[in-house]
Amino acid sequence: MGAPGNKVALYLKRRARWSPLEIAFWFFAFATIWLFPGKYLILKDTAILALFALSLDLILGYAGIISLGQAAFFGLAGYFAGLVAKHGIITEPVIALVCAGFLAALLGFITSFLVLRGSDLTRLMVTLGVSLMLGELANRYSDITGGADGLQGVEIEPIFGRFRFDLFGHNGYVYCLIVLFVCFVIVRRIVYSPFGLSLRSIKGNTLRAAAIGVPVKWRLVSIYTVSAGVAGIAGALLTQTTAFCSLDVFSLERSADLLLVLIIGGTGYLYGGLIGAVIYKFLQDWIANLTPQYWQFWIGLVLVVIVLIGRERMSGWIGSVRALLARLATRFFPRSLALRSASPEGH
Amino acid sequence: MLTILYDGIAYGMLLFVLACGLSVTLGLMNFINLAHGAFAMAGGYCTVILVNRLGIPFALGLPIAFLFTALLGGFFERTLYVHVYSRSHLDQVLFTIGLVFMSVAAVDYAMGSSQQFVQIPEALQGQFEVAGIGMGKYRLLIIVICGLLTIALQLTLAKTRFGSRLRAAVDDQRVARGLGINVGAVFGITFAFGSGLAGLGGALGAEILGLDPTFPLKYMIYFLIVVTVGGTSSITGPFFASILLGIADVSGKYYVPKLGAFVIYAVMIVVLIWRPQGLFARGAAR
Repeated sequence: MGAPGNKVALYLKRRARWSPLEIAFWFFAFATIWLFPGKYLILKDTAILALFALSLDLILGYAGIISLGQAAFFGLAGYFAGLVAKHGIITEPVIALVCAGFLAALLGFITSFLVLRGSDLTRLMVTLGVSLMLGELANRYSDITGGADGLQGVEIEPIFGRFRFDLFGHNGYVYCLIVLFVCFVIVRRIVYSPFGLSLRSIKGNTLRAAAIGVPVKWRLVSIYTVSAGVAGIAGALLTQTTAFCSLDVFSLERSADLLLVLIIGGTGYLYGGLIGAVIYKFLQDWIANLTPQYWQFWIGLVLVVIVLIGRERMSGWIGSVRALLARLATRFFPRSLALRSASPEGH
Repeated sequence: MLTILYDGIAYGMLLFVLACGLSVTLGLMNFINLAHGAFAMAGGYCTVILVNRLGIPFALGLPIAFLFTALLGGFFERTLYVHVYSRSHLDQVLFTIGLVFMSVAAVDYAMGSSQQFVQIPEALQGQFEVAGIGMGKYRLLIIVICGLLTIALQLTLAKTRFGSRLRAAVDDQRVARGLGINVGAVFGITFAFGSGLAGLGGALGAEILGLDPTFPLKYMIYFLIVVTVGGTSSITGPFFASILLGIADVSGKYYVPKLGAFVIYAVMIVVLIWRPQGLFARGAAR
């Protein structure tokens, strides 16, 4: 028995270790660059959606805030990235991307104080209201944003002055994937820190978390800000890789789809958004091929069925698959066995 | 100026009839039903089919639309919604958004994506002038019908046995259940009735609000504003909220055409920050 502080540190360290499964996941993700050369466009969309879903997972899965307004950050950063490129203010895409992320995070910081108050429904309405307000503004100032026609004439300079966005989307996809990975590593670091642990306690029971001395308000403000920044980076990526930005970045459908993505993949373990994005994109692609006009019906049906079956049962199913994979992994990588048995937590 | 006020009141009345069912379901079961607009759309399309295709008179089409959506609402309540009451808010939001998506696509498939119009009888078209104010006849009809409905609703809630059961169930569900009130049945009836009202509102409002497959998505936000701003503990709260919203929206569209919706959202957010439980809520109920 050591000091309790040491135990916590040890526990966190163990949890934060990269498991073989995760390494395999990212290995495969980067292998897609060579595996599916003809599918760059859909892969790129998937990567952006995955990053966007990751941002929602941060606040929904870890802090328990329901939001229908992530599109606000997505759209704001998207327009920012488009405008700075169009008017030649920041021509280097990576710098523009980082700036867009910070801008979205700033908006997130400001609006987070609105989200802290009220019940679930109030939160839904406030987050939704913020994104709709931004959409109205973008529509109103059409001389800047292009209004309903979208922002046109955006030309994105090559990344680092070397890698040009080509027609086939190869460089665009690699760019998105790298950004996704970097953001993921940062988010993973945040979530596995003591800070992340305190977020989980807030989600579990806000009152008790406050009682053991967790500053609930500031924790929520900070995670909301971070999440907004990540969503903003996703939005800026979309604009940069398509060289276009339209009003539908603010739409309700975008936020609603995002919830669906996260629900398919499962919340609260970071990979939910990523796996959900892959399933969702290919499902959408497949259904849209079958019935181009009515794919929304089937998406709606999927949502209804998921809820009726029960998300717990769904994630239980995913959980058993994960457990199976983990068992297989321990067979091939015996070293991680000790790690598994040491973690006292079960989902 | 007064014409705008008049149009705004008509619009607000319409919104109230559309949204009051939602406010009761939310207050009673703490259930977030984003698919409420789908029932309004069902009522609207029902009237379009009845009046335009089958040639049934408009006055008869409205009650049929009400009955049709009430039955539809009751059916869905018993078969689908009943499974979701005890779930988390997130599940409820997902479930009802899924229903909205399905209804949008299904109506698109069945009726086409173009905007539909109900043929209104000649007698209701046109305007007349009272003291220099131009008043549309059809809007007057809306005000009269919705006003009567509001009074009837208020009386039902305040005076009848069912009304007191409903109020008891809204105030404290567990105690009401303990007193032998069948909360499930009360809720089922209320849900069906609320859906019926939404259908009637959709039928009446097809002329003013426009009717196309995206109706549930477009007006979902308006209904929710009415409910969140008005609070869910009474019927007068949503009523005043919808009148306010109606007037604000019409005058906003008239004076600052391109910024209209922005003003509404901004007002909503300010109100919600100021009073998260709604403008007319009696203290913190839940």
